Amino acid sequence: RAMVFVLSEAGKPIYSRYGNEEALSSTMGVMMALVSFIQSGDNAIRSIYSDDRKLVFVQQGPLVLVSVSRTLQSEQQLRQELLYVYYQILSMLTQVSITRIFERKKNYDLRRLLAGSEKILDRLLNLVESDPGFLLGAVRCLPLPASQRDALGALLQKAITPNLVFSILVAQSQLVTAVQERAVIEECRLEPTDLHLLLNLIGASSAFQAGEIWTPICLPRFNPDGYFYAYISYLDAECTVCLVLLSTDKESFYAVSDCKKRVEEAMRTQGSLQVLSGGLQSPSYSVGQVGVPGYPGELPPAAPVHQRQLSSSPSPELEGPYCSEEEQQRLFDLYHYLHSRIHSTSRPLRLIYHVAEKETLLAWVTSKFELYTCFSPLVTKAGAINVLTKLLRWIKKEEDRLFIRYPPKYSTTPNPGKGTKGGRPDGAENGFFAGL
Amino acid sequence: MDRSLSSLPPPRRKAMLKKNMASRRTPQQEAGSSTEQTYVYKVVLLGTTAVGKSSLAFRYVKNDFRESMPTVGCSFFTQLVCLETTTMKLEIWDTAGQEKYQSVCHLYYRGANAALLVYDITQKATFARAKLWLRELEREFLHDEIVIVLVGNKTDLAAQREVPLEEAEEFAKSKSLIFMETSAKSNHRVTEVFMAVACELLKRERQKEPTHQPQPWKKSCVDLQEPSNPAKRCCRS
Repeated sequence: RAMVFVLSEAGKPIYSRYGNEEALSSTMGVMMALVSFIQSGDNAIRSIYSDDRKLVFVQQGPLVLVSVSRTLQSEQQLRQELLYVYYQILSMLTQVSITRIFERKKNYDLRRLLAGSEKILDRLLNLVESDPGFLLGAVRCLPLPASQRDALGALLQKAITPNLVFSILVAQSQLVTAVQERAVIEECRLEPTDLHLLLNLIGASSAFQAGEIWTPICLPRFNPDGYFYAYISYLDAECTVCLVLLSTDKESFYAVSDCKKRVEEAMRTQGSLQVLSGGLQSPSYSVGQVGVPGYPGELPPAAPVHQRQLSSSPSPELEGPYCSEEEQQRLFDLYHYLHSRIHSTSRPLRLIYHVAEKETLLAWVTSKFELYTCFSPLVTKAGAINVLTKLLRWIKKEEDRLFIRYPPKYSTTPNPGKGTKGGRPDGAENGFFAGL
Repeated sequence: MDRSLSSLPPPRRKAMLKKNMASRRTPQQEAGSSTEQTYVYKVVLLGTTAVGKSSLAFRYVKNDFRESMPTVGCSFFTQLVCLETTTMKLEIWDTAGQEKYQSVCHLYYRGANAALLVYDITQKATFARAKLWLRELEREFLHDEIVIVLVGNKTDLAAQREVPLEEAEEFAKSKSLIFMETSAKSNHRVTEVFMAVACELLKRERQKEPTHQPQPWKKSCVDLQEPSNPAKRCCRS
């Protein structure tokens, strides 16, 4: 897989995906030399292509991120991957504090602050390479009948407290529902990227699922400089259903914890946990469910669908030959390839029919959705289109169950004591690293 | 990183502390309608990363041990303790030891009634860090305001010990701290640590009671059975 390095402008290693940063310091030195050599000519290095690998460089403020890859991923996708890494670092430290740290001390060792967070970045990179949601900029949501999803949304809408801005219900890293503060949604919406970072953070540190977590967190796409205070708690003993409440008030732990109690109570009376565990046990959706008659091959159409305005992506359980991890990875690499062809900056496509060694793939992009499918190698073009039409018809029918279409909102009246707008993150008070 | 804490002028700190405690009091009033008195105490775990703070909390609350990932921010547990006739509710704040969270730690330990300073007996540096924590607490709290316990964790790794038992004992004595060595992994004296905290808190509560000192944030509970003398328990600012 792609090797990823993060270093500071002074050439200090910050993170490396594999191996030890110390041992790689000479490699990092060479990279930094390349970056600064090009920089001295008032230019910026973007990538290097060699016979079998690509080197992609991204510079963000005082940080330099480098990816070295031999996979089919395009430069653009690798760049996106590096940005995810950068954003995850921001989610823990914020942009202003990183800038400030390096302004004060050029050769600061940022690993001091990121100690213990390497696993979070490792996990992120593994996800980026295996979860189609990252590729498509969408969050995977748990298929659930619309009525049940609405009921859960209504429940979250009721359990509010001043300065609460987002209430998110997650089941095994799949989004169940997300409710937003009205004032916030007007200005900005919860970006899938931010949600990915948040979910990754939760997933990576879930070893301690017994307590209630209260932590500052930055949502870099929303505001790279401000902190939210996140309340994270699991609602069941098996730690599958997780409630995340984001507040702008760092003092509001007890109030927010009380919200959770209310959610828990209401979910108990409504029996929501059973509904969710039912939803989790039934596979996301299988090809059989789609019921495509006269389907020519044995290979299922694997379809990460992405509806643009909804930003959620269901994808079916992978079956047949794609049960093993290597095969899934191989298929995903192919999707990566299709994605890069479709989103090519020089020659974008709307439809691509690709005959690969072991399968035939078809990807289709419209203003409303992106669809990636995979067929048996023996399929005909007409046959594939026919299946696609049926698939789309089925998705349309099941739309309410598969996607989160209209995220509910609430308004938490701003805390009168504060007097300011309730919907702003803790931007003015970036005191997190004020004293460093 | 310590400066962010000390940059708050003391009067403001105190005001915020009271506000904080006042907000905690409300649910307790409702719940505290039982016949017995329930005291609520805030206990924080402090120390460097990977010394076993979360493991201690987990062992105490769930009586289990797992290899864990670093805590994110702060993890909150509650545990009920019954001592003699008194029921005490310990609110345990297990803080993250990572440096990036250290400047927000004051958020977590503000208003604490007890602090566990945890170090790893196999890592000398963690002991030094625990001493720094102590200095920070001494700046923030009056001596009788907080119960401080020095905890040397990981006695199961005694073969690699770097901090001698005597040295830590000596230090604890000089600062009049409670001292204990534990192992969250092999469940050695973990409950005892928290019980020692509870006993000490109760002892101090008892000592305080007859003097009628208005120390509102010490006693975060209103006894509904005994509504007399409201001034004693009211949180007046």
